[in-house]
Amino acid sequence: MRPAGRGPLDSLYFHYPTFAAPRAPELDGLNQRHPVVIVGAGPIGLTAALTLAQYGVRSVVLERKDTFNDGSRAICIARPSMQILQRIGAVEPFLAKALGWRYGRSYFRGAQIYRLEMLHSEHEKYLPMYNLQQQYIEQYLYDAAAQSPLIDVRWQSDVVGIEAGSDSVALQVASPPGAYTLEADYVLAADGARSPLRSKLGLRLSGDNYEGNYVIADIRMDHDFPTERRAFFEPASNSDGTVLIHKQPDNIWRIDYQLRDGENADDAIKEAEIRRRVQAIVADIGHRGSWELEWWSIYTANTLLLDDYAHGRVFFVGDSAHIVPIFGVRGLNNGLADACNIGWKLAYVLAGAADAHLLDSYSPERRGATLDVFANATKSTRFMTPPTRGWALARQAALSLAISHEFTRSLANPRQMQPYSYAESPLTDRSASGQDFSAGPAPGTVALDAKLADSTHLLDHVGTGFTGLLFLNGQATDEQKQALQKLHQRDPRFTALIVTTEVIARPPAAFHDTIHDAGGAVASLYGASAGTVYLLRPDLHVVGRWLNFDHDAILQALQTCLGRTTL
Amino acid sequence: MSTLPFEHLEHVYEYLAEAIDRAGRDNEALFLAKLALALANEVGDLDTVQRCMAMAEKDLTRAATTHATR
Repeated sequence: MRPAGRGPLDSLYFHYPTFAAPRAPELDGLNQRHPVVIVGAGPIGLTAALTLAQYGVRSVVLERKDTFNDGSRAICIARPSMQILQRIGAVEPFLAKALGWRYGRSYFRGAQIYRLEMLHSEHEKYLPMYNLQQQYIEQYLYDAAAQSPLIDVRWQSDVVGIEAGSDSVALQVASPPGAYTLEADYVLAADGARSPLRSKLGLRLSGDNYEGNYVIADIRMDHDFPTERRAFFEPASNSDGTVLIHKQPDNIWRIDYQLRDGENADDAIKEAEIRRRVQAIVADIGHRGSWELEWWSIYTANTLLLDDYAHGRVFFVGDSAHIVPIFGVRGLNNGLADACNIGWKLAYVLAGAADAHLLDSYSPERRGATLDVFANATKSTRFMTPPTRGWALARQAALSLAISHEFTRSLANPRQMQPYSYAESPLTDRSASGQDFSAGPAPGTVALDAKLADSTHLLDHVGTGFTGLLFLNGQATDEQKQALQKLHQRDPRFTALIVTTEVIARPPAAFHDTIHDAGGAVASLYGASAGTVYLLRPDLHVVGRWLNFDHDAILQALQTCLGRTTL
Repeated sequence: MSTLPFEHLEHVYEYLAEAIDRAGRDNEALFLAKLALALANEVGDLDTVQRCMAMAEKDLTRAATTHATR
């Protein structure tokens, strides 16, 4: 919502373009079958399209609206999402505009009781978190998509019907130039929390709704405070509830405040009431100057998800598959990981490089990630919006003690950025070899980045396919070269990164890249010795790792991922 | 003095919230007072119990809240 006299797209700082409805080739009798049709041009749909384009896979993106989202909505981009944006070639404008951060503060009745410091090391390329309004996120992704000849974004194109068959999916599309049918091998439903495709297919989200409403208001003000997450428990300005403040680019500040129990939501979102409450909050944080109201919305925490993210040839990605509480900032970030996960798998299957069974791993892997988010979000949501008298009293006791004592302070941790592992996935090698290590990312977890002597980072060197990290003290042996060659035969996109303490003048083959690890820092980060191998998936999760080079086991792990039974 | 690992403190926090709800508004104060006596008996040391009581008595109301900024 926006102040009286301003339309839904009249922003103080963002110019909304209007995209025309293209005339679809299907209206002129060109009925081609599309490998992938994506419904929804939000951050998740566009990231899926850009992921597919990395593999040369064409897609059509259908979007009902004629422009980007009307409010700032999801504003926190976590580090793993920045890696995804880098791999789809879109990260530069994000780095130029977004505000990176790693610290936060929590206050109880005006006293600071907790200092949040998110994990960071000199090896990381990106900060733990970046703040950027969702419409910029959509704009930058759209700009990248518009550059790609493989992505056909069709605005003002509404999916009004779907027939999900066993061999293909037919979508009925309504657009101003006319109605038509699109045939697709696969459909990605990235059509948001209220997903019309989900309803049309008769699918329902299940889970819990939490008590407690939050108002989310964006204001513009000149306020001198670093980019940090600030949480205020029982502040003078909103004594019964919690207030959260985040800084966004363009002098925009996000103010979230909790409504009192039983407070009428319709009254709470009236403009005069929003202004009154926001004024009290900005005065409380010491802002004496003026401020302008940009946009507001109301929010209730939910933990809802689909029983299965796959429905035949239709895959649900992002909010259409799962709705998570905002406090963990995992709505957008989880959705981007969905897009990345289904993107490479579909590309491999469509290219014939993997068996179609690979797609069966999408739902369990990403549903598992959502359930993990729920477990953390349930704890943080209970803390942010205590559901009952008992939870409210326990929180008050913890916060009151936290004023003078350390031991209860970590209960105020917002539990953001909990990394997820695909340890239980059928694609992950669960043999004992993965446990032999004293350090490094375990099978299922995301590969660690490492800063290299030439200022690039280790993960800058991976390709679009599977990656083998081979740690050496010199040249590869013939057996090792032969195994890498076989991996490359089985996955033509395979990249071998040879991490070696010695300088090797020339990489032994075109798909090899040599990482000079003079001081052995990368090897120690990975708990590796000479002959150690890590096999990474295209989304950088570790398939398996072998302290000592094991030709057959490495090949077997790759073949399992690709759905093949032979070496 | 031994301290509780954070994961255990989290469990205590959850048990406490749920137990207060089970006791209900009429009996929550009685429940908490009984809990304090039971824990004091387990602690078995008067000085520690008195120190904990002083901790709990501090910062009870908004007016009394310490406005220390760290």
